Amino acid sequence: MSGKTITEYIRGTQVWKSIFRHGPPDNARNRAAIVAGNVFLHLHPIKLKKSGVQLGYTWCMGGLSFFVFLALTVTGVLLMFYYRPTAEYAYNDIIALKEHVPLGIMREIHRWGAHLMVITVWLHMFRVFMTGSYKPPREFNWGVGVILLVLTLLLSFTGYLLPWDQLAIWAITVGSNMAKATPFLGHGGPGAMLAQIGDFVMVSDKNDVRFQLLAGRFVGEPALLRFYILHCVFIPLVVGVLIAVHFWRIRKDGGISAPL
Amino acid sequence: MSNTRTSLNRREFLSYLSLGWVAFTAACAGLASLAFRYSYPNVNFDPEMEFLAGKPSDFEEGVDERYKNGFGVWIVKEEGRLFALSNICTHLGCIPNWQPAELKFKCPCHGSGYYTSGINFEGPAPRPLERYKIGLTPEGLVKIDKTKVYRYEKGQWDNKDSFIEV
Repeated sequence: MSGKTITEYIRGTQVWKSIFRHGPPDNARNRAAIVAGNVFLHLHPIKLKKSGVQLGYTWCMGGLSFFVFLALTVTGVLLMFYYRPTAEYAYNDIIALKEHVPLGIMREIHRWGAHLMVITVWLHMFRVFMTGSYKPPREFNWGVGVILLVLTLLLSFTGYLLPWDQLAIWAITVGSNMAKATPFLGHGGPGAMLAQIGDFVMVSDKNDVRFQLLAGRFVGEPALLRFYILHCVFIPLVVGVLIAVHFWRIRKDGGISAPL
Repeated sequence: MSNTRTSLNRREFLSYLSLGWVAFTAACAGLASLAFRYSYPNVNFDPEMEFLAGKPSDFEEGVDERYKNGFGVWIVKEEGRLFALSNICTHLGCIPNWQPAELKFKCPCHGSGYYTSGINFEGPAPRPLERYKIGLTPEGLVKIDKTKVYRYEKGQWDNKDSFIEV
């Protein structure tokens, strides 16, 4: 084959050239084109400040949070193949995931990963605070990060109900009673008494925010389904969009913050 | 080619555009409020808030647990009064258990304890259990209405709708 190596041959095929528009990574221009021309790699900047890879400064906590989020997405999708969110099946399916399915550790990975993500997100916030990385021009991204923190906690909260055991039901009962105390929007909260005309109660346990969350007056099967959808579809979608915004703004606000 | 061919001048175009945006915004707001309303089902299968609980003579002195699991109510006969006690702990909303040997309601979540009257005496509960509206139908049956609550700390337990004289 007239001196052509196999690598050179593969790089010359139409299939290869249709996927990768750049030449081999043997110069700075091509190496930049590899990152910029790949939808996955382009999330990462082409050039980094030296301090951006200093673990002592960044702790890599944002990156680790994202990594754990991806791991939770993969294990979560795998769990969904066996889990049915109904009062009749939910608890049995949780047991089945351990007893009747290969890799019974899958749910444990998801559970421990969830704990880990809460920890890494908090530590990421702590690092950003201690390094002052929330200051202009990054104040908007701090706001996005705070929303992502709240969504992380809501993912944990909604996932907590899904095993459908006594701990889950009573923990969510106690937790959702906080919604009952929301000012004006919860029937036990301040302001609910004011929204009352004679015997007509405007904010009651049938129309307040807790009812909206639980689809009922207490934690029952409709609440299980609602939490399942929130946990598996709604909140992850919002988190995914906000993560994209978060990463985009890091770049637009001057890259990862550096020591002064 | 000439300007006279356009039937829409700049000013008219902009006002149509504004109208279009207003309509679009209104449509979005309408859809958002529909999505909000969608989260409140028209029918749900929670237990009834009003129910009949037999005749007053069906109840013996003390705590009756027959209506606890289905309706979330203990019916208590004590000192000549029959009243309907909520089974929701006033601490964080768990369901206490009736412990006949110790004559108290005990919450498994954080240990709040209540006397048969519903008054709290131990654990973190901040106030007594609530009582529900109770009365007699013309046929002489006990009727309980959980939409109306009576609180001890507001002095509502002497309200004539919060108990039946027996």
